[in-house]
Amino acid sequence: MSPELRDAQPVLAVGDTPGRPDRPASQLRELTLHGVSRAYGAHTALHPLDLTITGGEFIALLGPSGCGKTTALNCLAGLLPLTAGSIVLDGDRVDTLPPEKRGFGMVFQNYALFPHLTVRANVAFGLRMRGVGKAEIQRRVEDVLRLVRLSEHAGKHPGQLSGGQQQRVAIARAIVTEPKLVLMDEPLSNLDAALRLAMRGEIRRIHQEFGLTTVYVTHDQEEALSLADRLVVLRDGRVSQVGTPAELYEHPADPHVAAFMGYRNLLTLDVVSAGGGTAVAQGRGLRIVGTPARAVELAAGQRATVAIRPEDLRPAGPGEPTVGEAVAEIVEYHGRVLHVEARTRDGDRLYLNSGEAVHPGDVVGVAVDPDRALFFGADAEVVAQ
Amino acid sequence: MSTITAAPKLALRHRLAERGVDRTLLLVVPGVLALIALFCYPFLYGLQLSFQPTKGGALGAYRTFFSDPFQRKSIWATFSLAIPASLINVGASVPISYRMRRDFRGKRLILALLVVPISLGTVLTAEGILEFYGPAGWFNRTLHLLGLADSPVRLTMNYTGVLLSLIISGFPFAYLLTHSYLSGIHPSLEKAAATLGADRWNRFRHITFPLLLPGLMTTFCLTFVMAFAVFPSALMVGDPDGSTHVISIEAYEAALERFDYAAGCADAMIMTALMLLVIGVVAGLRSRLYRGATGGKG
Repeated sequence: MSPELRDAQPVLAVGDTPGRPDRPASQLRELTLHGVSRAYGAHTALHPLDLTITGGEFIALLGPSGCGKTTALNCLAGLLPLTAGSIVLDGDRVDTLPPEKRGFGMVFQNYALFPHLTVRANVAFGLRMRGVGKAEIQRRVEDVLRLVRLSEHAGKHPGQLSGGQQQRVAIARAIVTEPKLVLMDEPLSNLDAALRLAMRGEIRRIHQEFGLTTVYVTHDQEEALSLADRLVVLRDGRVSQVGTPAELYEHPADPHVAAFMGYRNLLTLDVVSAGGGTAVAQGRGLRIVGTPARAVELAAGQRATVAIRPEDLRPAGPGEPTVGEAVAEIVEYHGRVLHVEARTRDGDRLYLNSGEAVHPGDVVGVAVDPDRALFFGADAEVVAQ
Repeated sequence: MSTITAAPKLALRHRLAERGVDRTLLLVVPGVLALIALFCYPFLYGLQLSFQPTKGGALGAYRTFFSDPFQRKSIWATFSLAIPASLINVGASVPISYRMRRDFRGKRLILALLVVPISLGTVLTAEGILEFYGPAGWFNRTLHLLGLADSPVRLTMNYTGVLLSLIISGFPFAYLLTHSYLSGIHPSLEKAAATLGADRWNRFRHITFPLLLPGLMTTFCLTFVMAFAVFPSALMVGDPDGSTHVISIEAYEAALERFDYAAGCADAMIMTALMLLVIGVVAGLRSRLYRGATGGKG
């Protein structure tokens, strides 16, 4: 695995916390996971995982539920012992340390706020455990509460707060100790859609203002793409792909990653011709001209999985060559475009976007630009939609 | 509501339902009847009986109790058994249930062993104690064989015997209650504390214990009430005319040996008042603690 770093590191905001202008960009230079794996009896939840995280990076572990992402996070936090492998932080092994000795901050999916303590005491807990002086604790807690905009709620108990406020307390509690690494386990999954969007921005802002290094677990690819510098896509406990959001979005390594990155149309067809950077596949009443994905070699006669995003599949213009025809079944209004779910004569389901009026029952000729149809070798089975 | 003019019968039913009065309320009736017949009536009957002694006016029976040092001392005898027994039961159940939260081999067997004494009657327990801890019992024989004691250690027919019996019969209740309170505390709270730098002891002290404390107080009240009413074991393995002359024995002797029902009832009322006092104090302390949800979400 080659950790391709995004060339631009996150820009640090200046003057975020009064009195500490000399906050270091990141307390961590490099965290390396060597073959980290975890098994429960005969079941391997996480196959050997190699990953290098650089200080200041925002890494998202992305995958469907049960893919091993939370296992990986708990292994990093020290809440789960490793079955094999090692974790090295700036040259020191940390995988043998208990969680309280690692100095990582963690935000739990259910927040795990201490219900009997006030917001202030919750945030102060980590500092108290480290034996920080009273005045210093008070100052730092006030600072971080101001950062997460909860100063006026400092005296309340977690039960008196809304979901979004609790979530911010959880973040404040995890970062007030200025941990080398912050781990977040689906922190937004319990929030409603609007709040999730707002908090997403908040998390990225805090990551940058505090100069944090963050590992963020999510099953929401949009969240991962918008937040992370680098994504690790996991499936069945194995890494499918590591890369920047742009790399994953534009060059998914396999149909599974493609499906995760929004390629909703996945069709298994026969390759009739390939070469010169394009390929043609047909079958089941369709004929598609497309582009082989990176490092995919195709030959005529082979089977291929063709991946197309709904936003790249459209009704063909007048005189334009079509991929095939399909009958519109469900039409959803989404402002400027309509999301259309259509079925071909052979029963394949196509998802396309249309700028013009389409009604259920209409026969639509569909078209796609050749550079927007990705071809994968069909040895990997196609994700069931 | 007044705008609904049609079907006044239905409206009445709706109005009652809004105040929680509907047919499901009938489910409460058997319990209330039983409570009146088996508790309220006997209690009130006993209360009025306690004010009708043969001599000494309405408070004569109470006056006699508090003026006789032997009778008066039964209060001390009862407290000196019930308080240590409840504290030991609650105290011992905390570390055991703390460990029993996690799975390990033989957990079910240990659980069964801890809980089985519930099914033993007090008399059986008392007999067992007599056999096992008596002067010629296995315990003393073992001590003698090992050369640890020259003469048998006296563990029965005295205070120790009754205390042992209270622990054996009271511990399972304390353990089961503590265990269920403890399992109501979300495990992610301790994990969160660990990631914040708290070691095992600090996690217990700052997170688990404060959240468990209200439950422990309730557990204490229940085991205390059980221990306070100690009777068979105080007679069988204790020293009923001396150090374990507890208040229930005093009441029994007054009513069924001296046939002074008023005195017996007065003793029972004093016992009730003392129990309520302790429960009241504990409940008062408990109300000053955090008693909300102990799930992860706060």
